[in-house]
Amino acid sequence: MVSPNSPETTGAPGKPGSPRTLNDVVIRLAGNSQDGIQAIGGFLARLAGRSAQEVMTYMTIPSTISGGPSIFQVRMGTGDIQSSGDRADVLVAFYQHSYESHRSSLRPGGVLLYDSDHVQPNLDDKGITAVGVPMTSATVEAVGGSSKEKGKNIYVLGLLARMFDLDVAKLTALIKERFSGKNEDIVRNALLAFDAGHAYPAEGLRDCLYQLDRRTPSPGARPQITTDGNTALAYGLIAAGVRYGAGYPITPWSSIMETLRVELPKYGGLFVQCEDEIAAISTALGFSYGGNLAVTGSSGPGLSLKAEALGWAVMAEIPLIVVNVQRGGPSTGLPTNIEQSDLMQAIYGSHGDAPRVVLAPRTVEDCFYTALEAARLAREFSTPVIILTDQALATRIEAFDEPDLERLMVTVKADLSPRPVGFKPYPLNGPTRHAPPGSIMEDGKYPTVTGLEHDELGHPTANPALHASMTVKRREKIKAVAATYKAPPVFGDQSGDLLLLGWGCTFGPIHEAVGRLQASGLKVGHLQIRHIHPLRSDLEQVMAHYKHIRVIEINDEGLYGFGQLTTLLRARYCNPEIQSITKTDGLTFRVSEIVELVAKNLGITSIKSARAQSVLAPPTRG
Amino acid sequence: MSAPTLAPAPDAPRAPLTKKALTADHPTWCPGCGDFAVLASFYKVLEKLNYPQEKIVTFAGIGCSSRFPYFVNSHGGHYIHGRALPFAAGISLGRDDLHVFVFGGDGDGFSIGGNHLVHTARKNPRLTYVIMDNSVYGLTKKQTSPTSPLGFKSKTDPWGAFDQPINPMRTLINSGATFVARSHATQVNHMVEMMHRAAQHDGFSVVEILSECVEFFPGAFDTSIPRKGGTFQAIDLKKNDGSPEDATRHDPTDELAAFQLALEPWPGKFGVYYENKTRPTKNALEQKLIANTREKTKNASDLDLLQKTFAKMR
Ligand SMILES: Cc1ncc(C[n+]2csc(CCOP(=O)(O)OP(=O)(O)O)c2C)c(N)n1
Ligand code: SF4
Ligand SMILES: [Mg+2]
Repeated sequence: MVSPNSPETTGAPGKPGSPRTLNDVVIRLAGNSQDGIQAIGGFLARLAGRSAQEVMTYMTIPSTISGGPSIFQVRMGTGDIQSSGDRADVLVAFYQHSYESHRSSLRPGGVLLYDSDHVQPNLDDKGITAVGVPMTSATVEAVGGSSKEKGKNIYVLGLLARMFDLDVAKLTALIKERFSGKNEDIVRNALLAFDAGHAYPAEGLRDCLYQLDRRTPSPGARPQITTDGNTALAYGLIAAGVRYGAGYPITPWSSIMETLRVELPKYGGLFVQCEDEIAAISTALGFSYGGNLAVTGSSGPGLSLKAEALGWAVMAEIPLIVVNVQRGGPSTGLPTNIEQSDLMQAIYGSHGDAPRVVLAPRTVEDCFYTALEAARLAREFSTPVIILTDQALATRIEAFDEPDLERLMVTVKADLSPRPVGFKPYPLNGPTRHAPPGSIMEDGKYPTVTGLEHDELGHPTANPALHASMTVKRREKIKAVAATYKAPPVFGDQSGDLLLLGWGCTFGPIHEAVGRLQASGLKVGHLQIRHIHPLRSDLEQVMAHYKHIRVIEINDEGLYGFGQLTTLLRARYCNPEIQSITKTDGLTFRVSEIVELVAKNLGITSIKSARAQSVLAPPTRG
Repeated sequence: MSAPTLAPAPDAPRAPLTKKALTADHPTWCPGCGDFAVLASFYKVLEKLNYPQEKIVTFAGIGCSSRFPYFVNSHGGHYIHGRALPFAAGISLGRDDLHVFVFGGDGDGFSIGGNHLVHTARKNPRLTYVIMDNSVYGLTKKQTSPTSPLGFKSKTDPWGAFDQPINPMRTLINSGATFVARSHATQVNHMVEMMHRAAQHDGFSVVEILSECVEFFPGAFDTSIPRKGGTFQAIDLKKNDGSPEDATRHDPTDELAAFQLALEPWPGKFGVYYENKTRPTKNALEQKLIANTREKTKNASDLDLLQKTFAKMR
């Protein structure tokens, strides 16, 4: 693989005056949250998806309720795009503060596209091309009437369409779809704004005209869809046949519950908004006890509240899916930032010996498939399964192949068949199978599920030998889960100097970092661990093929110098080569950051620097 | 549509439910504990209701009283302290075909579970909740409970409790529970009548039963036990017969009158305080939402629905 950010992939120089072709471009939109910059990003992302291009986005949500600076970054192009790009080729600045805060994110040679009604850039800044467009007044002029500057975002979309020769027909269709159902004026105004932006004269754009390499979709390829991780996860649960759930709002989990609340009734199910997270997990367990696997979820603090009930679910062996969309902690911490610091809580949080399954999706697409796997495991092993996702995956938009629902869709009905004489819900040497209420017990003895230690029939007992053997049963059950994994192969070199391990949202940046590290002569492999608990059983063999192992994590190195997954891996494999690279700035890892930290950590000085120049920089001629 | 597959209705007429069929483990309560009488009355209620046995669910939190489900031969469970109500709401909402009963103590219901009580009342799921109030923490051996009277000498208030106790009837009516009744473990017929009415109520029904803890708070309810020199005052319900004495009887649909009853001095009255037959249950409202939504989607199959959703993300 060639990293799209490697120096080789800069745009091919075109004839002077004609647009240059680019492989990929990173556009950062900076404004306030009410400017609809997410909408521009969303349109661009969906356009890329419809054009069989790769796309990845990144956004920051302001922590204030309304308003406040906000950015949306979109990277689109051909090639294998796995991260939203470290630095931008284009910065769209709506305000002076947007310009000032984000000027440094622009690569040398990049283009600053600013609203000349609001921004006064430093004109001595020669490293970039500054293009001023009166976005606000031009929008007001184009749309007219009283709508003021609303539609400025769509105007900017038109400008970008002009700059990058984007598919106008597809974009107009997207605009119409997006505003369909609203009143005619809104659609008309949006199209007026778009056309005005698109008609902006080339001289005004200082001839910053480019063309993104277009890929023709391979015949028979599945159409691409474009969505964020929370949405993918919610629909993954629906595809998995989950029809019931309960939750309590908390950012960034809320959008999953909002989606399920609206969607599940269509499928004959329901989602309950509860008074708190304890009630939510309890209600979800009530649904599951009734025979229908249910979901609850939250973010960090809410998972802590669910901990006691989770212990009950482990003891009573009730299937359940618990989603935890991690954010910065502890406590309210950094509620709208990225952190991977709930791993230990997910694996061990509760009381007593309470083993459960923990899975961590790696990409937006993986959120969908992880939901399917979580539901399968919860049902098959009658266990709670935690899906550990994070703020970055939750909110970013990616394009991926539309899932083959005909093949994947799961339909499960509660098994209310009569249970024969001698039925044991908790056999010591077999899987736990409950008889949900409504099932006739042919021996006339009805079962009780309990958080007290119990015998094979579910009867409470304080027999010490039984507690020991039931503890073993619950532990071995979770260990057996690993045998059912379809774990992905190692990416990159299958043996050599360095194995990079990661989990969750760092997949893309680590993936790209591999290319750059390889370019400097290292043999590097990468594995993003989806199966956090239990770990895949071949991990030890995989690790044995590398000299160094570095685990990349967005959490603190803790008292003993290791991130949370690293601590777990070191305890499990007693391998001193397992070391961690951690950070806690609330932001996703950048590719260059990983490359630099790894190089520093291993004492390597020969690393080639990342693409410093923007692909938009005028080609230097010899 | 993913409704659960229901057990086929048995063709052969069933033998009526008997106490024998309903008896499970022998209760582990102290001899003389008021909870025995509540259990005996509950068997009678189930005999009267004669539901199919497999459709009965008994659930509880933690406490002496919360061990109740072990002693009833029905589907059921023993959950965590104070959280049985939201669990039971999940059972009821997911499985409208079941009859769900929840049991618990005063600490379980009014202290650790207090907020769940308020919100379950507000949501009005179809289920019956029986609170065995002994005004003390029994299982943990004599700490002050939220209903312990002022001056009660417990291990946590050896000098006598001074935090104001809550008034269960007032709390329940105020929370919006749609059926609120009060009974006494020494009055079997009254308990049977109250629990029977509660079970038949379409919504969230609560019966608080004063049930003496002979171990840690003996004599707590003597003032309402005639045999011990007290008086048991049953609520005289309105008959709407136009008679002059009917004017002084209690109208359980009158919320204000219910409040007035709740504010009467200890030991107060026993019977139905409040009953609201008009507020729809959450079960019904959610089913209506599902029906309306399915009508809009023209009962499309799950696969169709999800495929259409994904097509919109192209
Ligand atoms: C989370 C939690 N906190 C505390 C306890 C200990 N505990 C068990 S029962 C109980 C109180 C029981 O009082 P009540 O609900 O009135 O029931 P009773 O035993 O009086 O019937 C307490 C504090 C527990 N089991 N779980
Ligand atoms: S301690 Fe009290 S409440 Fe508990 S069983 Fe004994 S008498 Fe009953
Ligand atoms: Mg008590």
